[in-house]
Parts: sequence; C-alpha cells; structure tokens
Amino acid sequence: MPTPLPSALRKFGKPRINRTASPVLALAMPWLLVMVGSLSPTWPVIASAPVLPPFGFLLLVGWQQLRPGLFPVWAGWPLGLFDDLFSGQPIGSAVLLWSLAMLALDFIDHRFPWRGFVLNWLVASAFITGYLFLALQIANLAGGLASAVVLLPQLAVAILAYPVAARLVGLADKFRLIPIRSV
Amino acid sequence: MAAPSNRRPGFSRRAQYGNFFGYLIAVAGMVAGVILLIVSIGNAGAFSGLRAGAADTAAPAAKVAAGARTGSQSVWQILSGYFTSGARVAQLEREVAEGRVKHAEQAALTEENGRLKSMLTLTQGDQRPVVVTRMIGSTSSSTRRFATIGAGTNQGVRVGMGVRSPLGLIGRVVEVGSNSARLLLVTDTDSSIPVRRASDGIQGYANGIGNGTVQIRLSTTGINPLHPGDAIVTSGSGGIYRPGEAVAVVVSLTPDGAIARPLSDPGQTEFVAVEPLFEEIATPALTPQTSSAGKR
Repeated sequence: MPTPLPSALRKFGKPRINRTASPVLALAMPWLLVMVGSLSPTWPVIASAPVLPPFGFLLLVGWQQLRPGLFPVWAGWPLGLFDDLFSGQPIGSAVLLWSLAMLALDFIDHRFPWRGFVLNWLVASAFITGYLFLALQIANLAGGLASAVVLLPQLAVAILAYPVAARLVGLADKFRLIPIRSV
Repeated sequence: MAAPSNRRPGFSRRAQYGNFFGYLIAVAGMVAGVILLIVSIGNAGAFSGLRAGAADTAAPAAKVAAGARTGSQSVWQILSGYFTSGARVAQLEREVAEGRVKHAEQAALTEENGRLKSMLTLTQGDQRPVVVTRMIGSTSSSTRRFATIGAGTNQGVRVGMGVRSPLGLIGRVVEVGSNSARLLLVTDTDSSIPVRRASDGIQGYANGIGNGTVQIRLSTTGINPLHPGDAIVTSGSGGIYRPGEAVAVVVSLTPDGAIARPLSDPGQTEFVAVEPLFEEIATPALTPQTSSAGKR
C-alpha cells in the first residue's frame, strides 16, 4: 500500500536536480525491515501463549505484493534462516515455508498482474493461514502437541495486522527512495 | 499495480540465466529447508550453538527493551494510582490488619516446623539461586513457548536448571549461550512437570497446552478430587524441579483432571531466579561398573 511520507520528510522525498536515491539504502531497506520483523521475539512483549502475528512473514509478503521483483525469488531461505534463529520453531521451518511462499507469490503475481488492495489482503490472509498451520504442524513434529485451536486468536490478529504491515512497508518504500545521494 | 514482467527478459542471455538461476536457488533453498528440518527434528540440540549465538548477539538490545517494558508499565501504574488511591488505602489497611494475624500464626507454624524437622534430623537445604536476571524475550508468534533470560554460562547457568519468579515456577533452561539462556516455559506443550495438590499431596502431571494454561493429569483414577481454586505445587519426583514450588491454580475441571492457570505470568515478570540443579549427578564412584567388570 503506497503511503505518503510524514510531512517533516516530504520536502526531502521530492525529486531534485542532481540528487538520487542511495543504492545502499534502496537495496538494504527491504531486507533490514523483514529482519527487524523477525526479531520480534526479542521485543519487550513476553507471552505465555502465541498471540503476536509473525511480523517477519507479514513484512515479507507486504514487500512482495507492493514491489514484486524487488526481492529475488530465492530471498525466502536466507531471511527464513534468520527468522528461525529467533522464532523458537525448529531450524529449517521458515527456510522451507518462506521459500515456498516466495515461489507461490511469484506465481500469483504473474497469473494475476492487476490486483487491488482487497485482493492482496485476501491472498495474504490465505498465505498467513497456510503459514501458521504448517508452522504448527512442523512444531508438533519436533515435539510439540499443540492443537490448531490455539492458533485461532493469533490468526485473527495476524490477518487484521496485515494492512498495518502493508502500510509500514509502503512508508519504508517511500523512505528508501528519498533522494539523498548527490550525483 | 501491474508488475513489470521480468520473467521473460528479452534476448539478453545474461538476464535469462540470471532468472533461471534465481528459481534454481529458490528451489534449492526449499530443499535445504527440508534437510535442515529433518536434522533439527532428529536431533533437537543440533543447532543450539547457532541459536544461542544469535540470542547472545541480540541480548544487549533486548535488555534495554526489557527495561523500557517495565518502565512503561510502572508509568501506567502511577497514572492509574491517582484514580484508585482512596479505595486502595482502605483495602491495604484491612489487608495489613489481616496480615499481622497471619504473620503471628506463621511464626508459630515455622517454629513448630523447625522443631519437627529437628526431630527428624532434616536439614534446611540451601536455596540460594544461581543468579537473578531479567526475562528479555519470548517466542511470541510460534506455538512453541520458549523465553530468553539475560544470563548464561558466564553467570553459572547450566542446562536443566529450574527458573522461578517470586510467584512460582516459570520453566526450565534448555539451551545456554555465554550471556543468555533459553527456557522451556511451563505452558509449552513439551513441558511436563510432576506436581501435587498443595493441601493433600494428590500426585499428577502438569502438561502445557500451548495457550497459556496447563492441563493437570492425575495419577489416580476414580472421582476427580480437584476443585477450582486448588493450588498445585511441584512434587519433586524425577529430580528436575525442587519439591513444593508453586506452579498453578485450578480454574476448571476436565474428566481426568483440570485446567490450571500458571501463577507466574511470564509477561508480568521482570526478574527471575535461576535455581541450582535439584538432584546432583551421581558421583563417578556410583556409576555402574558393567564395562570394567566385563574386562576383568
């Protein structure tokens, strides 16, 4: 979802003569944002039940839907590996599921090139549902015994949080393209 | 917005190969994910070093964030305190009066307890914690319930140690880094704690369900003797957890036990104490000597 910059920054966001976007910022921002989302287990929220949405995954889907092709199709496994280090899932869970999600999103992107935000939200909701349930199955394979009912509150929160994540991605996208490098 | 189609990049051989290898790497990443999963499910400790290193790296920032968490909570409490102070003062005065009576009773009981223990020649065990530290995070989106604390091998934390807050048991250390450690919370579905009812010692197990409560399963059959409000404490059998530590309070009954709510909500807990291992590992002199006997 494209989002306008805050008014204080809007002046800098305008295209200017002899200024262009910094390639470092423009390329690193999407990766960094998803990684910060993956670090959510170290945020100051300690929960005795799974309640928070998987922020890393929401932001990954958000980037892929706002800027298809910005991430390479193989971006799922390095970002997934980073997510696995902190998420508490067995290592390899997000490597597999995020890679699958990137390939599926790439397919949907080419099959339905014209999409509105509502369709994006529906697609993202389907992906979030699939991701949470498969992650639960993988966690259960590795020793957990949780039933799918445990997921329902988290699923609702995650689907409702998707537009917020997409807004955040839109803002970060505006921010990464601020022309700050002189040419 | 229509996507720029970069699936067919024209006649550039380089761009075509780039695209092809991109998909190849993506599929290879998927296969690698399956292999990693098989390894990590087959051997739960396979990547613990990697995870502990990552937690160590993130620990300093997480500690700052944990400070902000408790700070912001206290700000809210100060604000709400202005509105409820009158009623609270009256309530606290009543509680102090009740507390004085309770304290006198408690002193009598302690004295009697000490006398009985000396009759049985039991000694009071040394209960000093290994370290008192902050909770710095928990897996908030996975169905597995792990938490991270800000102390590791440098502070003397070892795998298997129990962790408790002033209110009761929180979990058990499963992975240790040099300055952080990972706990298995009592609400995790993999956690099973031998417990008893505090009042009469009916034995059972407290298994996590993953939604913030624990299921109490009794070792006995017949009429379910539990009632909502019963306090559940560790029984100490198995030797992992020290006996008599508060775990949970029964909230509702099930046919073969009860659903209980843990007393110490990790979200409300700032500082936790890591307790020394309850049962010492057997001394070398006591290890079975089958192999050496066979040689002789």
